[in-house]
Amino acid sequence: MDGSNEERRGWSWWYLLFGLEFLLVLFPGLYNSVEPSLIGIPFFYWYQLLVVLIAAVLTAVVYFATKN
Amino acid sequence: MQSIDWVATTIFVALFLFITWLGFWAARWRRGDLDQLHEWGLGGRRFGTLITWFLVGGDLYTAYTFIAVPALAFGAGAVAFYAVPYTILIYPILFLVFPRLWAVCKKHGYITAGDFVRGRFGNRWLALAISLTGIVATLPYIALQLVGIQVVVGGLGIGGGGGLIGDLPLLVAFLILAAFTYSSGLRAPASIAVVKDILIYFTAIVAVIVIPTQLGGFGKIFAALPTAKVLLATPPANSWGSFSAYATLALGSALALFLYPHSLTGILSASSGGAIRRNAALLPGYSFVLGLLTLLGLFALAAGVATMPQFAQGFKQYGASFAVPALFIHSFPSWFVGIAFAAIGVGALVPAAIMSIAAANLYTRNIYREFVNKNATDKQEAKMAKLVSLIVKVGALAFILFLSPQYAVELQLLGGVWIIQTLPAVLLGVFTRKLNDWALLVGWAIGMGVGTWMAFSANLSSTFPLSIGGFGLPGYAAFYALILNLVVTIVLTPVFNAMSKKVVFDETVAADYH
Repeated sequence: MDGSNEERRGWSWWYLLFGLEFLLVLFPGLYNSVEPSLIGIPFFYWYQLLVVLIAAVLTAVVYFATKN
Repeated sequence: MQSIDWVATTIFVALFLFITWLGFWAARWRRGDLDQLHEWGLGGRRFGTLITWFLVGGDLYTAYTFIAVPALAFGAGAVAFYAVPYTILIYPILFLVFPRLWAVCKKHGYITAGDFVRGRFGNRWLALAISLTGIVATLPYIALQLVGIQVVVGGLGIGGGGGLIGDLPLLVAFLILAAFTYSSGLRAPASIAVVKDILIYFTAIVAVIVIPTQLGGFGKIFAALPTAKVLLATPPANSWGSFSAYATLALGSALALFLYPHSLTGILSASSGGAIRRNAALLPGYSFVLGLLTLLGLFALAAGVATMPQFAQGFKQYGASFAVPALFIHSFPSWFVGIAFAAIGVGALVPAAIMSIAAANLYTRNIYREFVNKNATDKQEAKMAKLVSLIVKVGALAFILFLSPQYAVELQLLGGVWIIQTLPAVLLGVFTRKLNDWALLVGWAIGMGVGTWMAFSANLSSTFPLSIGGFGLPGYAAFYALILNLVVTIVLTPVFNAMSKKVVFDETVAADYH
């Protein structure tokens, strides 16, 4: 798979998913709490680790959606 | 004082010998003419998705990161977790900006950010400012990688007494690094990164399963921590307090990361824009591991390693950086400690090699060729870069041996404040040529000056206590200085454009960016 034949010019609405990633992490007031905890891990920690996975999935979605 | 752990040391040395062999072998990997700068310094731009994943991962998630971020968690608690949102936010930026930058750099044979700015804006002084910022921000970063090696070697029980014998392992590691970088260029860290990353993933995953089991589960660990360290402090009524600090640290660090010369070197060595985009979705694997390793700092706190007598010497010598090594020695058998420490030690060599290559590329392309020897041949250029990569590393080593590592930590902090000031010219330059080159230069200078002042006035901590109309917005000095830089650049652009009627120079065209 080579990047050269991919058509990518200008804006795509799919990029808004990236904005969602920023919203999910840039307001620590939303997730700065102990409860609900997961197997003893405070929400603050497991939430942000979960967002890593969500962000990776969102980026993959944007990749496939804008590929052609 | 701990004695030397021979089992761990033997495994550590064996892994080091293996990667030394690998580093020299790499010169023959995907063979190219190493007398060409783009072959030596960018691996011929031939790395596909998988190798790019290892290389950029090994490049960005450095030994220093793996020591310093858990150390921050150990000392300051929850705030250290900003490393997670930070390394989430870098990937949208990677996805949107860098395939374009890769394309234009490939088309015009650019190797550095300075090359791009020179071509895009036609202003050699702006390019010089960008290049010098890159070099200055990189040097303390290399020094800190060597500190990473020092800490794990100290953890093996070697060199606790200091002095020449104590520095010997560092000197040996340094010689290995210098020799394979000189002979193999970027191919060396690319091949070593594969080994390093496998070791790191293995170590992190085992540690996060085994240590909580030993300590009686996550619930017990977090219950054992001081309450103030588990969460961010709730901001007072008239301030966003720790929340704005946390958010701006994450955002500012994310914006700065890909401006570092070593990040760009890693990315430009990819074989296509598609390989970069695919990596934007695959690289978060490392962010997850970094999050797990950050938790190790909290585990170390809960395990109480700081007060154990056998670690007193280590903590005295290396401070909080010793938290993770101490936790490993406390929790694991020697053979595993050897693997874990090798992961960190080898992990220092990968970014240190890439950083020295990146700094050498900048010097060679944007200072030597631009200002010293305009007619340098390709061979002279490659030779100069190899030589400079050595000088840069000797400088970093001297820094660590003769000055306090604390200076390196402070300079690295300032480096983040400085490198982000190249954002308007480099990142925005990828999308638009509308900003005036002299306005960019003035904005850069003001951002550098004010950012440095903010960092010093906050006693060289990263958070500046900004207050607007009595409302507190403490935040990352680099981020606030960048906003000022952008405002100055935008305001001055029409002014400078009106003053000079000269035709805008731009050797790139829109089609070059795809």
